[in-house]
Amino acid sequence: MKLSFDRRQVLTMGVGAAAAAAFGLPVTPAFAKNDAEEVISKFTGGKKPADGKVKLDLPEIAENGNTVPMTVSVESPMTEQSYVTDVLVVTDENPRAGVATFHFSPASGVAEANTRIRLAATQNVIAVAKMNDGSFFTAKKLVKVTIGGCGG
Amino acid sequence: MSVKPRIKLDKKEAKKGELVEVKALVSHVMESGQRKDSAGNTIPRKILNKFVCTVNGKEVFSADFEPAISANPYIQFKFKAQESGPVVLTWVDDDGSKIVGEEKITVI
Repeated sequence: MKLSFDRRQVLTMGVGAAAAAAFGLPVTPAFAKNDAEEVISKFTGGKKPADGKVKLDLPEIAENGNTVPMTVSVESPMTEQSYVTDVLVVTDENPRAGVATFHFSPASGVAEANTRIRLAATQNVIAVAKMNDGSFFTAKKLVKVTIGGCGG
Repeated sequence: MSVKPRIKLDKKEAKKGELVEVKALVSHVMESGQRKDSAGNTIPRKILNKFVCTVNGKEVFSADFEPAISANPYIQFKFKAQESGPVVLTWVDDDGSKIVGEEKITVI
């Protein structure tokens, strides 16, 4: 997780912290809503993935969180020498972080997959790609959800 | 469960090395295990947790699904045409049962 906040995030955090203090609630960081951090670090073996190479295609605003179309693709020649082995997709505010893991090989020809996912609320979708040389790349996209998709 | 998946290849014949796109849709509730019924009991999780595609017996793409995959899961991916043969798609349910669909690719 990148520890740089823009003005808006800092403001939100400030308000959140103030509200939490006012109600006597414990202050939790804005990015620790579920087990996304653990799932990612388990996938990367503790390594910090670099930004880039991964492309996440999701709508900016999802009217129905029950089925949100998602395409993830990773830039790679997909040859025996250099290819993408796995791509992990997680969310940071669903009850459980994990969404899917895609497994590729040079036989895939291209590292690209499309499916439909559930989003419980407005949140970030994060994809982490593992290359055959052991390096990791990541991308993140914020999706605004009008109607949550986890029942309840 | 005798569910028949709907599978579509963007071409029946491909040149060697050409990319073939696969689109597949299967009917399944994908019960997340998070929902509650009217009596307040949690509805047990029941999802398809694994998907594998093989072409002529060789795996070209697979995926592990979590409850955050929508009901009636849709999957779209590509593979590189190498040899003619059956394109077999398999989904594995939490209860161990399998949903299998098959198409054919001819490499010219």
